Amino acid sequence: MTVTTDVLAVAREQVLERGDGLTEARVLDVLRLPDDRLDELLALAHEVRMRWCGPEVEVEGIVSLKTGGCPEDCHFCSQSGQFDSPVRAAWLDVPSLVEAARQTAATGATEFCIVAAVRGPDARLMAQVRAGVAAIRAAVDINIACSLGMLTQAQVDELVAIGVHRYNHNLETARSHFAAVVTTHSWQERWDTLRMVRDSGMEVCCGGIIGMGESLEQRAEFAAQLAGLDPHEVPLNFLNPRPGTPFAPLPLVAGVDALRTIAAFRLALPRTVLRFAGGREITLGDLGARQGMLGGINAVIVGNYLTTLGRPAEHDIELLQELQMPIKALNATL
Amino acid sequence: MSVQFCQICGERLAPAPGESALDALAGGAVTVRPAGAGGPHPACEARRELEPPRFCASCGRRMVVQVTPAGWSARCSRHGEIRAGR
Repeated sequence: MTVTTDVLAVAREQVLERGDGLTEARVLDVLRLPDDRLDELLALAHEVRMRWCGPEVEVEGIVSLKTGGCPEDCHFCSQSGQFDSPVRAAWLDVPSLVEAARQTAATGATEFCIVAAVRGPDARLMAQVRAGVAAIRAAVDINIACSLGMLTQAQVDELVAIGVHRYNHNLETARSHFAAVVTTHSWQERWDTLRMVRDSGMEVCCGGIIGMGESLEQRAEFAAQLAGLDPHEVPLNFLNPRPGTPFAPLPLVAGVDALRTIAAFRLALPRTVLRFAGGREITLGDLGARQGMLGGINAVIVGNYLTTLGRPAEHDIELLQELQMPIKALNATL
Repeated sequence: MSVQFCQICGERLAPAPGESALDALAGGAVTVRPAGAGGPHPACEARRELEPPRFCASCGRRMVVQVTPAGWSARCSRHGEIRAGR
């Protein structure tokens, strides 16, 4: 019997044909592929995405409901109150939140995520979320997701009751690297919130940031840990080093490494919504965005991010049209 | 409104050609830049495509910035609000 050792041959048989994600060891093999096999890798990741997810692309907009002043020390984040960052605290009022949802829906997006820079929501924030979600549901035809940090069971139940259909809570990085990124809470605490969200019936959105000093082994570990969680969606960010944060001196992820990571995560998570998120503009540029869309990605955040600007939403929509990738319709997500 | 501070890094800008150096020195140290360069920092200007302004161009105060999917607003407690997009 011939034993296949080439990782892409294994992936073709295991992931493309059977829909079973690669193991951690195989993901590491993918991350170690030489540059001259990148095109082959991206093509396979695209085939896997098309086979197991289809051609549709899920489009999302995000907005910061509560900006800055966060007590946590996530070393990548300009919104931590512990660092000398130029970002000042701000709250978005409900009419502005509704307008942001309108702007998002106008792009054709079906997802709108309300984000707050907090350890977890207090009564004031939950009241603002409650009012904001009700106002958006009354005025805009769009799915609403939230990202409010660590939750209690009562808060999970309330989000379900008010109609939040998906909850984002990123594990950010591999468990073995987490303490180098955050010291004010643990990976396990995040995992506990994710388990509660999963059990509630809300869709789980959980990803992280590539380029925070993790090794290739830890990138593979992270992909495997996400696969173990089996989230509905994985947003992939690339570190955009923010002034004043401990990670400000870190280099950008090289474009080829970013593309290899996208493809590797697709091969680990063949059925998951894999979303292009923050940092793609400075890491990959326009050409890289196209390669990513043809290398495993099947969802995008369009427009601006929480504290930084993205490329105009129209550019992404035009790219999807050019690639003949239809935007997922709202009724297909309900 | 005259631009005296970089809106990205908050540093006082060197005087533009024809502008009095004393004007720029009035509020603090002048950033060392190529002779006659004036105007905004090139490196900061390059970041403007993906960064909203963080500091008031008139006084250098940190502004309260709100980014939304299709725009941003930035408010200085002394010099009011500027915005872009919808």
